[in-house]
Amino acid sequence: MSRVTRFPARAAGPADRLSDFVAHLRTHGFRLGPGETATALAALSAASAVDIATARLALRPVCVADAEQNARFDALFDAFWLNRDRARPGVAPRKAPERRGRAPLPERAMEGEADGASGAPTGADDGDGAAQDGGEGRLAASRRTIDTRSDLRAYADPEDLARAARIAERIAKAIRDRRTRRRRAARRGAGLDLRRMMRASLARGGEPAELIRRRRIDRPMRLVCLLDVSGSMDVYARAFLAFVRGLLGADEAARAWLFHTRLIDATPALRDRDRLRAADRLSLMAEGFGGGTRLGACLADFVARHAAKAVNRRTVVVILSDGCDADPAAGLAATLARLKRRAGRIVWLNPLKGWADYAPTAAAMAAALPHLDAFLPANTLESLAALEAEFARL
Amino acid sequence: MRWTGTWTALRDRLDAAGYVASDTLAMALHLALSLGRPLLLEGAAGVGKTELAKVLAGLLDTRLIRLQCYEGLDASAAIYEWNYQRQLLAIRAGEGADADAEERIFSEKYLLTRPLLEAIRQPEPPVLLIDEIDRADEAFEAYLLEVLSDFQITIPELGTVAATARPHVILTANGARDLSDALRRRCLYAYVDYPDRRTELAILARRGPALSSALAGQIVGFVQDLRREDLEKVPGVAEMLDFAAALAGLGVNDLTDDPATLHATMVTLLKTEADQAQVTREVVERLAGRAA
Repeated sequence: MSRVTRFPARAAGPADRLSDFVAHLRTHGFRLGPGETATALAALSAASAVDIATARLALRPVCVADAEQNARFDALFDAFWLNRDRARPGVAPRKAPERRGRAPLPERAMEGEADGASGAPTGADDGDGAAQDGGEGRLAASRRTIDTRSDLRAYADPEDLARAARIAERIAKAIRDRRTRRRRAARRGAGLDLRRMMRASLARGGEPAELIRRRRIDRPMRLVCLLDVSGSMDVYARAFLAFVRGLLGADEAARAWLFHTRLIDATPALRDRDRLRAADRLSLMAEGFGGGTRLGACLADFVARHAAKAVNRRTVVVILSDGCDADPAAGLAATLARLKRRAGRIVWLNPLKGWADYAPTAAAMAAALPHLDAFLPANTLESLAALEAEFARL
Repeated sequence: MRWTGTWTALRDRLDAAGYVASDTLAMALHLALSLGRPLLLEGAAGVGKTELAKVLAGLLDTRLIRLQCYEGLDASAAIYEWNYQRQLLAIRAGEGADADAEERIFSEKYLLTRPLLEAIRQPEPPVLLIDEIDRADEAFEAYLLEVLSDFQITIPELGTVAATARPHVILTANGARDLSDALRRRCLYAYVDYPDRRTELAILARRGPALSSALAGQIVGFVQDLRREDLEKVPGVAEMLDFAAALAGLGVNDLTDDPATLHATMVTLLKTEADQAQVTREVVERLAGRAA
């Protein structure tokens, strides 16, 4: 314990030092406020922490809020109190601020302010507006990532991209609209609301003359998109990004991941209302765009790490991929079977399926087929538009 | 009963009550008790999250009130409900002279308390276990936040019921849904992991059947290795205890003795068809050989 850092001269006492520690955690993506600092102090005294091991035990339950932070806490604790690994602050933060999205890094926030002149008027718009400017924001993003690599066979101009986004919005809304209708039906048919009836019957001396129905409030269907951005999908990537962004714009709870050889959470970037920042984030993710595919491994990674939180019985999982995979197909089938047990619906959109003589001969695609609720073509704007009807039926 | 000891004392008391807690967990529980904050326990199924609440209630010699969450849980199942049948009867019986009928039928007598209301009306602080909070909907979680911060419940017909004693609240979750940041902030947090080998041996000695130390070592080694296999449903501590009980019941003295019997006991550890298909007899033998 000889390596414990000395207090800096400016620190007035333990309280000061502790609030520095909380600030240290905050810069590493922990969401802690002044309230937590006070609790941390109270915890230290409640635990009568006089040595560092006890202090570590006492601070952990206060500072940590989920399993991921729990795993990172020790390294951050050591870095702050024991001067370990201080030279490499890149170890601990990983991509936490990126994933959270709601709490941008200070630099990013400043960047956003600087761009404010151009970004603010549209950014402050309501949901519909967001989806519109979403289309263009993604355009800037994809121009950086794809234009430089290969020719675009389809959807080259902004109007088409905007159209793809609008179609996606309609699809997302089709799911939501259906939800509304269902609620009305339930209001007609579900059980009696005894509480209200009792109230009403008082006026009639206890005669329940009026039957009041109880409505069931349905929770919204959620969307999860998994978009393949590997080399074989290159020519479609831009339009599909527009499409996915449209889906996200219409549904607050929707989430999206990109994958090629690994899986990347693209929700915050695709949702970002600041166009320049969104473009920036996507281009950061884009290293690896246009490379090989590890479809099975990426989906397995998704099921293992994110499915528990992102997917439930009321989730529609949309996979956009051509089904060309470098990994053996058996793994993919098992993964999809697991996902199927968790998800409400799995829909696979395959651009190749629109081709006249297409048959799902790719090993991965053939293995995946039995686990899908729908396998639909998506190679032209028309086929995307036709999806609306399909989705409404799901 | 309030907790006034130190965290090491709490760990030892838990230990004596048959719950082997890690230092992290004991400290988290100690802080939750002494700071009066709810404790959120997260971790895989079968690592003893619910059990901790039960043991704590026994240790503090107080009531355990349990609210099992599920999708669609609403106020009438979690907080209170009026006894409608009784109200109906009362209205009919009191016909004619029912000027104060409304007051009468919306009184304590016709109130059915559900776990949350019950917990704040106890004379002594009980342990309130809110089990699998991630199964309940977001809307319920928001309501729960309100109850956990004020410890009072408003019944429109009756008024506000303030807590007579602040319950010790323990929430458990295993990742069916992501919890809101607000709820996480309100609670102290402890992640309960699968126990390490030493801890699991201690648990087996405390909770399991009487076994030779060699067999106990084999069992724990076997289960710990099995957890490293790629399974859908990783066996928890409860499964390990079932496994040990099954082996004791079958009179097995060494895991490598009888592969057929050992494979048959996998029903206590593997709870899905895919897992059972994956862990074949050969795999079982390999694991048993390594554990021996």
